[in-house]
Amino acid sequence: MGGFVSRAFKGRRQPTAGQAAKLPPGQYAEPGFPVLTAGPTPRIDLADWRLKIEGLVAKPREWTWEEIHELPPASFEGDIHCVTRWSKLGTSFAGVSVDTLLDAVEPRPEASHVVAFCYGGYTTNLPLDDVRGGKAWVVWEHEGAPLPPEHGGPARLLVPHLYFWKSAKWVAGLRLLDHDAPGFWESLGYHNRGDPWREERYWGD
Amino acid sequence: MGRLSWRLADVAEVRPETERVVTLALEVPGWDGHRPGQHLDIRLTAEDGYTAERAYSIASAPDGERVELAVERLDDGEVSPYLTEELREGDQLELRGPVGGYFVWEPGRGGPLLLVGGGSGVVPLMAMLRHRAATGSQVPARLLYSSRSLDDVIFREELERLGAAADGLTVAYALTRAQPPGWTGYARRIDAVMLEEVGWPPGERPLVYVCGPTRLVEAVAGQLVALGHDPRRVRTERFGPTGVP
Repeated sequence: MGGFVSRAFKGRRQPTAGQAAKLPPGQYAEPGFPVLTAGPTPRIDLADWRLKIEGLVAKPREWTWEEIHELPPASFEGDIHCVTRWSKLGTSFAGVSVDTLLDAVEPRPEASHVVAFCYGGYTTNLPLDDVRGGKAWVVWEHEGAPLPPEHGGPARLLVPHLYFWKSAKWVAGLRLLDHDAPGFWESLGYHNRGDPWREERYWGD
Repeated sequence: MGRLSWRLADVAEVRPETERVVTLALEVPGWDGHRPGQHLDIRLTAEDGYTAERAYSIASAPDGERVELAVERLDDGEVSPYLTEELREGDQLELRGPVGGYFVWEPGRGGPLLLVGGGSGVVPLMAMLRHRAATGSQVPARLLYSSRSLDDVIFREELERLGAAADGLTVAYALTRAQPPGWTGYARRIDAVMLEEVGWPPGERPLVYVCGPTRLVEAVAGQLVALGHDPRRVRTERFGPTGVP
């Protein structure tokens, strides 16, 4: 809406030049780590925890908590962006690369999309290419400490190049499909892909 | 569905609710309506082009092109001090919405209904209760509302009126920091005992909506599940300061 100015508004949180380059449009830098969840935080006993990969793969399998810790470790350092407009700059997570998991199950050539499914019933959908090639992780540590339950612990998906609702908390597995299948928020008005740099917040953005 | 486009709303009324909370009544030309519990995005633009965007819950029941927000001033905030202290009748405000399709209640969803709010987390719950009253719904409903003091209770007179209408709504307050002389309501944070006393037995399968600061929402949602409520019938929303947990 060209030219509108809010009478007497002066920004109070103008980002530094360093922050500004890292903030996608409409975002602000938040030093904390806000919690946003649609329902109660599920409590998952590590003895019962499993991560499954199923669907269009040659060798579907699941990992226990011990087994997933035996995989080559991987970590992410960088920025995360929530659709509710906060971004957390310069944070870190550790776990395992989704590439490692996919290599173990051998996706079929026709697999084009994934649905992440979670303890508690949450789902989110992604093109397969958004979770491979060093872009996605399953993480259980945040800044050197175990990932707290309200932030998705024991483990969450991490897809930091997309809005953070794609980084599904309490992840229980990935299902590979040959078609797209909108997940929880994607069925409730939020954008199907959610690229923060294109400001893909809602349907039609 | 088309893109949610930015619109210019007219500020029709600015109405103080408490010392920290202001109701903004907006006229939004072309507004397509909303569902109780939804929110919208506000965008402020400074002379130099700098913008700040935040989401605010809608407080009013669907009512044509009129939309009311109730905004709490956060002292270290960027948008809420402007909305609560600077904005006045006759100003314009840029917004888009409505947004959110999960933390929503309409009479067709049924009940019984348990609404649990902390501080300004009562705002989307108020939209539900206003809509319930406006549509003459008889769905049994209970509101448990935690505030620091009686003076911090938002919509107090209207809640008294709604609670006295004998249409199946009861309202219970928890005042956590200060209570007036002779106070007979709860005088502590919401806990499991309170949820049992005010809420519905899990066997009645109530629909539960919890909105407030993260600590309250985490605690209440956990207590509800521990009491035996179906997690899939407990919907939560964090509201207000996006601070550290």
